[in-house]
Amino acid sequence: MDLLLQYCLNGLMLGMMYALVAVGFTLFFGVLDVIVFSHGDTVMIGSFAGLATYWWLHSTYPGLPAGWAVLLVLLAAAATVALLGIIVADAMIVPLRKGPALNTLLATMMLGTVLRESIRLFFPDGSNPQTFPALLPGWSWRGGNLILRFDNLVLFCGGALIIFLVHMIINRTRLGMAIRAVAQDEEAARIMGVNFRFVVLATFALGSAVAAFAGVMNGMYYSEINFSVGLLLGAIGFSAAVIGGLGNIYGAILGGFIFAFLQTIGAVAIPFASAYKDVFAFGAVILIMAWRPTGLIAEPSSQRV
Amino acid sequence: MNRLFRKSLYACCLALLIGLSGAWLQPAEARTSFKVGYIGPLTGGNSSIGLGARNAAELAIMEHNINPEAKYYFELVSLDDECKPNIGVQAATKMAADKNILGAVTHYCSAVALGTVDVYHRFGLPVIVYGAVHPDITYAHNYPEVLRIIGTLINQNQVSSKFMLSQGYKRFAVISDTTDYGKSHKEFFTKYISEGGGEILAEFGVTADQQDFTVELTKIKSLNPEVVYFAGLYPQGVRVRAQMEKLGVNAQFQGVSGVKSDAFITGLGPELAEGCLSFLEGSPLEKLPKGEEFMRAYTARGFKNAPDTMAPFAYVAMTQILEAVEKVGPDRKKIARNLRAIQGEDTLIGKVSYDDHGQNSEPYVSKYVVQDGKWLVWEDSDYASGKRSLKK
Repeated sequence: MDLLLQYCLNGLMLGMMYALVAVGFTLFFGVLDVIVFSHGDTVMIGSFAGLATYWWLHSTYPGLPAGWAVLLVLLAAAATVALLGIIVADAMIVPLRKGPALNTLLATMMLGTVLRESIRLFFPDGSNPQTFPALLPGWSWRGGNLILRFDNLVLFCGGALIIFLVHMIINRTRLGMAIRAVAQDEEAARIMGVNFRFVVLATFALGSAVAAFAGVMNGMYYSEINFSVGLLLGAIGFSAAVIGGLGNIYGAILGGFIFAFLQTIGAVAIPFASAYKDVFAFGAVILIMAWRPTGLIAEPSSQRV
Repeated sequence: MNRLFRKSLYACCLALLIGLSGAWLQPAEARTSFKVGYIGPLTGGNSSIGLGARNAAELAIMEHNINPEAKYYFELVSLDDECKPNIGVQAATKMAADKNILGAVTHYCSAVALGTVDVYHRFGLPVIVYGAVHPDITYAHNYPEVLRIIGTLINQNQVSSKFMLSQGYKRFAVISDTTDYGKSHKEFFTKYISEGGGEILAEFGVTADQQDFTVELTKIKSLNPEVVYFAGLYPQGVRVRAQMEKLGVNAQFQGVSGVKSDAFITGLGPELAEGCLSFLEGSPLEKLPKGEEFMRAYTARGFKNAPDTMAPFAYVAMTQILEAVEKVGPDRKKIARNLRAIQGEDTLIGKVSYDDHGQNSEPYVSKYVVQDGKWLVWEDSDYASGKRSLKK
């Protein structure tokens, strides 16, 4: 029983991380109909930005309380990555919209490689795994095989809070209304006076900031970050967004948890072949896609199949 | 028309003649500059080892080139295998097909080396494998061009299993990556442990880019082993060890040669790395008579990356190739034969003798433990003297 609970806890943490990445994919797709393949690497940039901020804070203000450190690391990572998102959107994705959609796909894939290799080459000792500091207290509660860690709890609640905030922004603010309007019909939104460019940039800033949180969360959860983490995370986040229904935020969240669940099931249920858990999970994604081509929660107005 | 035809025929003949004479003259021309190669992981997760080894090979060439008694001048051609078999085979083909390259020092990753040895054989390029330890690289065939300076993982696991059993450990859980490297480590380790009376509680295969090990470790925790044996390379070793701590798996961490890298300690931080074990072919640099000299020379060249664990092997391998060329001239076959004949040579890494499969048969394996953020030879550590103890 305690073993089962531990599997569930691990799966939930993983699912939260995937969901946060998937939200970005789905936001960008909703607004611009583009797949931004570099999003996984944006997550990685977020964790490295967080680490660099921590190093700077640690050397300049050694006595800073941990709570402040976490907050500042998060804010700095979110700000850096949001800025990166804005630049990428403005310089690359909006101009490329006039060409075939395939171009954006390819360009963002290449951008992902550029981001990854830049960290490897220009971050100090970037080719090696880096220790991510334990910013949260490591209290834990043990019972049998179960270990419930305080820091994981905080991270999970933080992730849930971020998702809730994104939900509020989309549904309760003027910006959110504009984002939804552009997603539904770009031309009509423009005619109604929505500042299209601003909405696009704001969406990229939002999606990237969420990715930054996922990156820092990833670092704190595993206590280790490396430059290549974004590659698989991107593929998983994208799959999660697709099985949930591209363009739908709740679908992305659902997809993230489903993917983590599939991976965990894959490793637990086929013990002789735990190495094939990704094969199992991605295989299941293909099946879900065959069953529901528009995703589990499809957009009501969706014409995309 | 006829004149035109004749003219073009002349032109063709002339062109052919020039071409032929060029090819004919080439070997006769006394050229003093030759190329030698290096292939290893220069990008990707294992690049810190690959770059260190590349630099060491380059150092060997630099030292050779400034030697006034040397007959030839060498240039290094270095290619990246990214630790991926498909990329490695491309790089190997490119290098082996270039007839100006006389020999090469190649590969850290076994999966890559296993794929490329056939290529070297087909093209006849003499290579010395510096860092890949899968037995089949030398023992699955008998290619005269393929040599290996590092020992095989068979010796490594003999030593490591014997050592662990002698420390009183009996219950082992095994995590291995699904590359040939991880798989055959697992194969030999489980074999020797079972033969020695130990018990393997569980075996888990993991992919080489896996980030999350919580499922495997949760299962391992419920089995309550004394040792978690990890067969793979250091980037994943870091993750396994870090996540063991997160999940409260209180067992001794035992790695393989792929884990013995300074990057393992920096990735984990000294507290988590403390007491982790690893095993590696050869003697440590500081124990060798010429080790300090090598370090000084390496540092003096101002290379950007530190000489990681495999650098001395790459250095010695490259030196041997250069010496072979000096002795027999630019003939790939003769070079390979000359390399094979090396017996009991005293080198930076200790004695080197190649057996009938081109395998260095001086299988010294050192035991390492992390103490205060450094890999120490077991015998020199506080753990061996009893001041500190491993996890039980």
